[in-house]
Amino acid sequence: MLEFLTRLFSRESSTSKDIAKERLRLVLVHDRAGVSPQLLQALKSELIKVISNYMEIDEQGLEVNLDSSENQVALIANIPIKQMKRLPENIVSGP
Amino acid sequence: MGEVIVVTSGKGGVGKTTTTANLGVGLAALGHKVALIDADIGLRNLDVLLGLENRIVYDLTDVTGGRCRLKQALIKDKHCEGLHLLPASQTKDKTAVNPEEMKKLCQDIAQEFEYVIVDCPAGIEQGFRNAIAGADKAIVVTTPEVAAVRDADRIIGLLEAAELRNPKLIINRFRYKMVQQKDMMSIEDIIDILAVDLLGVVPEDEQVVVSTNKGESVIQDERSRSGQAFRNIVRRIKGEAIPLMNLNQNGMLNKLRRIIGLK
Repeated sequence: MLEFLTRLFSRESSTSKDIAKERLRLVLVHDRAGVSPQLLQALKSELIKVISNYMEIDEQGLEVNLDSSENQVALIANIPIKQMKRLPENIVSGP
Repeated sequence: MGEVIVVTSGKGGVGKTTTTANLGVGLAALGHKVALIDADIGLRNLDVLLGLENRIVYDLTDVTGGRCRLKQALIKDKHCEGLHLLPASQTKDKTAVNPEEMKKLCQDIAQEFEYVIVDCPAGIEQGFRNAIAGADKAIVVTTPEVAAVRDADRIIGLLEAAELRNPKLIINRFRYKMVQQKDMMSIEDIIDILAVDLLGVVPEDEQVVVSTNKGESVIQDERSRSGQAFRNIVRRIKGEAIPLMNLNQNGMLNKLRRIIGLK
């Protein structure tokens, strides 16, 4: 009865089927991409290596995750920058 | 040359063996020569579902190991003319057979039978690779749960990697009422996520337990709803275009029909 009432008054809140579908969709993004925690860790350390050539970043605060919204999946990287490096001449001038 | 169909799911307990038994009985009831292969080496179950557990002399590994001829190991079903079972070994493990041997075995059996249905073990390891080795087509069984659909997705990927393209999906243990209440994923939800063709939807049915207890198949029960769903699936396997049955069992009209024994 209580369940019925809560459902009646909270039309907008998602039903357990919607929760199931959303959880499934997220888990399948990882499954299908073959993304393992190890792979994300490797990606993370390579990102740190490359970005460190240009700026000083907070390695502890670095977050890399696969995220899926509406119809797409994105690789979301949150990289806190501590300080910019003074770039060497050859990189600035480029080819 | 007959058609070899593997019934698989990834997750255990979703109804692979029940599906295999019912499709076998259903196809044989329509006059086809059918052989069922229990590929779950070490954990045989299909014999019990068919009520043939007391008639096993030789098993699958005896055939692949050359200890008996294929004809000696195939058990004739007692109720159903044209249905045969090749039981799994209960004492050996999955490594007792390899995919090449299974492929040869399926080819040999398909010489004699119109339909060969392989009951695949749960999991994605050697037992799975053995079971799909000789298959021409695949049926994936799932239930409307997150874990089962996830495993089905993994299995579909592995089947396609093994060149078994376009597997067909059976959604088992479907509860119309819960879907109406939005507490269970719908057929559309599951098809949308897995992106495969639907072969059929089997409603949750207590009658399956009753039939299994007796070593019979629910497909032979004219009044059972899951039996009707399996009969429809059998006809779809034969290539007929059969629409999905009405899954709403709580409508007044359906209740009335059941009371007077029409359904």
